[in-house]
Amino acid sequence: MRLELRGITKRFGSLVANDHIDLVVEPGEIHCLLGENGAGKSTLMNVLYGLYTADEGEILLDDEVQSFSGPGDAMAAGIGMVHQHFMLIPVFTVAENVMLGHEQTRGGGRLDLEAGRAKVREIADRFGFHVDPDAVVEELPVGVQQRVEIIKALSRDAKVLVFDEPTAVLTPQETDELMAIMRQLKSEGVAIVFITHKLREVREVADRITVVRRGAIVGEASPGASDAELAALMVGRAVELTVRKDAPTYSESALVVKDLEVSDARGTVLVDDVSFTVRGGEVLVVAGVQGNGQTELAEALAGLQPNVRGSITLDGQELVGRSVRQIIDAGLGFVPEDRGVDGLVGSFTVAENLMLNRADEAPFAKLGMLQLKARDQFARDKVDEFDIRTQGIDVPAGRLSGGNQQKVVLARELSRELRLLVAAQPTRGVDVGSIEFIHKRIVETRDAGIPVIVLATELDEAVALGDRILVMYRGRVVGIVPSTTPRDVIGLMMAGIAPDDAGEAA
Amino acid sequence: MTALAPAPVAVPDPEAHRQVAVVSRKAPIAFAVVTALFALLLLVAPREGDATFRFATVGDLFTIPDATVPGMGTAWVTVALMAVATVVAFVLASRRRRVPVWLSLLFAFVFLVGFLAWAAAGSASDIPAVRLIGGSVLLSVPIVFGALGGVIGERAGVVNIAIEGQLLAGAFSAAFVGSATGSPWVGLFAAVLSGVLVALVLGVFAITYKVNQVIVGVVLNVLVIGVTSFLYSQVLVPNAEKFNDTERFSRIAIPVLSKIPVIGPALFNQTIVIYLMYLTVPAVWFALMRTRWGLRVRAVGEHPSAADTVGIKVERTRYRALMIAGAIAGVGGGFYTVVSVSSFGKQMTAGAGFIALAAVIFGKWDPIRAALAALLFGFASNLEGALSIVGAPVPSQFMLMLPYVVTILAVAGLVGRSRGPAAAGEPYIKE
Repeated sequence: MRLELRGITKRFGSLVANDHIDLVVEPGEIHCLLGENGAGKSTLMNVLYGLYTADEGEILLDDEVQSFSGPGDAMAAGIGMVHQHFMLIPVFTVAENVMLGHEQTRGGGRLDLEAGRAKVREIADRFGFHVDPDAVVEELPVGVQQRVEIIKALSRDAKVLVFDEPTAVLTPQETDELMAIMRQLKSEGVAIVFITHKLREVREVADRITVVRRGAIVGEASPGASDAELAALMVGRAVELTVRKDAPTYSESALVVKDLEVSDARGTVLVDDVSFTVRGGEVLVVAGVQGNGQTELAEALAGLQPNVRGSITLDGQELVGRSVRQIIDAGLGFVPEDRGVDGLVGSFTVAENLMLNRADEAPFAKLGMLQLKARDQFARDKVDEFDIRTQGIDVPAGRLSGGNQQKVVLARELSRELRLLVAAQPTRGVDVGSIEFIHKRIVETRDAGIPVIVLATELDEAVALGDRILVMYRGRVVGIVPSTTPRDVIGLMMAGIAPDDAGEAA
Repeated sequence: MTALAPAPVAVPDPEAHRQVAVVSRKAPIAFAVVTALFALLLLVAPREGDATFRFATVGDLFTIPDATVPGMGTAWVTVALMAVATVVAFVLASRRRRVPVWLSLLFAFVFLVGFLAWAAAGSASDIPAVRLIGGSVLLSVPIVFGALGGVIGERAGVVNIAIEGQLLAGAFSAAFVGSATGSPWVGLFAAVLSGVLVALVLGVFAITYKVNQVIVGVVLNVLVIGVTSFLYSQVLVPNAEKFNDTERFSRIAIPVLSKIPVIGPALFNQTIVIYLMYLTVPAVWFALMRTRWGLRVRAVGEHPSAADTVGIKVERTRYRALMIAGAIAGVGGGFYTVVSVSSFGKQMTAGAGFIALAAVIFGKWDPIRAALAALLFGFASNLEGALSIVGAPVPSQFMLMLPYVVTILAVAGLVGRSRGPAAAGEPYIKE
């Protein structure tokens, strides 16, 4: 089926999320939509899928104008979508998820679960997936959950399939498998829209590339274009894709983690017997696919996890068992993974957020009273120093763009006397321009002789920023390797294969 | 095709996370406290004489003889058994194993026997087992219907705090319409309608206008109390014979079943509403767990945006579920005035709706378990009546607290880790 979008415009208030976008996807073609976070790719696809109604423009399938009042209509017309955040019901089985919304029934409205299972098996066999129709979705690894999403779309005979940032949660190997699946779908004549901001993947599978910036199409590129060309098109200026840093100069300072174990309330061990040392002056990247214990490790370092055993010593001081306040006072700078939830108070102003963890000490407070002048002066200094793009220091932090919010968090954490910096996914959802800046500041902190731990899920960032890379899988340390290790070895380690074996396999 | 077969590494064993046991000493400590308190009670207030348990009713298929036991002796034996159970529980906990549910149930049963033996020791009247069970069933009827309504609502993602209001509205309408028409059937139908009406108001605010569901629910309860109390004093009291004197459903004995000793007369010599309850509980379970309707209801309660993306109308599904829930809760309300007593009284539901809410949680959002939990709370309410018959030396005010105390203990302590529908209480807002 041939998909055509003509002049699609979508506004949210004064913001134009999509500005007269034209796009054609032929059957049997992988059409890549490349753009930064917030460029309007997902909005466009939600218009296509009937979740949003376009303000202007039309959607055509095989040259017929469509009007969708909801996703049900879009699906009926043959459009399927693999969502970035899986649209699966975690407590349902695979078969129940696949059949939901178009269930077959026997007499009396009874569910025909057997028909659902058969459908799952049929599609799974066609593509060589291994998916148990009776498995409960939340117990499946994310890679398999994504296949369930694909099966769900295919079970409704989708002829146009949209993949919205599908590789964010996958290991490099799973990504390769996904690419293979996409090629097979293509050979069966499915029209595929592949949304991503990862250049490597684009060049690998795309037949055509359309670049989106600030809601508008800025150009087409051929799959043969170089990374630098694609990045420049995406960002609108030349960007530096590598991080410049010298060989580490070690200081006396060190963080020593020994036999660390973190478990959740149900007794599941999320960080399992983890030991490592980070010396002052080096960056240790903790790499791994999302959900393999990195988050819990970082939170344990910050004193945010309740069930922790083992020891964490910073310059000889034990941190386990201390309160968050005590750990902050011991010199921890912490950039949490989800800045919107843990990093900032969105409704507080930029100035308030910048002093949030020092609100009870001089010069920000005297005799229990906030010193507003000191606060505002400090905020103005930091806004300049960290190049935070805001209309003023009294704007609510939640109104800033992702990159600028992250700069507020970074400015707050780096403005104290630090003895350790833990940054969890510091560049997630941040525009390429800000990424450069954030990387630079992290490297500066390292060069000041402070131990730095960075959590990364993307291999590019891990390799660029780290001096050494610790790979976690299922809560355990697979290995700690220098950042010069070949990428495919690190990729295999992220799937749980020990570095020696991974070296041979790669 | 072979190239596509995923390498074994891509589908890792989901069980690979090591587990450490989470030790809960809640049960053993609770056992120890109850045992100690009971022993203390026996020491402080010893009682003379025998206690008689009566199991027989006229017309049983066969007769189970009455059991007469020495009050204090039996009580002390049960204390010993409870102490053994406590030790077992502590041993299990120290070996990092869970205390099984049957042990808790056994403990509760033994305690009950001991307590009754102590309470009835030396009393002229015996303890009627039939009344103990039959009365519990009767008292739990509104709670069961309320809890079923609560389960359906929460499974669909709407927290129904207004069960109390639905029960009260049902009780009022059944009394008023039932008396005016002279037919309990019409009264019961009116109760269903008023339950639906309250649910509709809840739906408009909670689903369409996305108002906080807890607040809407609480306000609705207060509103229904106000409206029924007003109409009661303005309409029902002055015309009590015309508007507040229903004909009640009469008991129907089911052949053979009603002749089984103890449980026969307790369970199978009841009115049509109770038989309706026996049918509704499994029917709701089947509808929620095995039908297309149920799958969609659970989907909108767990992950509404996922349901939306497969073309399910979230709001419509929630409305429909809420209406059905309201109808079921309405039946529970009607029970008060067309089965239990024949007239409406101010605030006669006395918090049964909130206990039903507790039964929903205690029953882990499962219709059958919630009904069993409701039965437990009904039993606790009934105990007060049973004890006053044998002249137990416990102040009746204290016994009146029992159902509420049991509710708090059950929900706070014994329910364990339970997880409700993920989106319960959250209005669905399309981005």
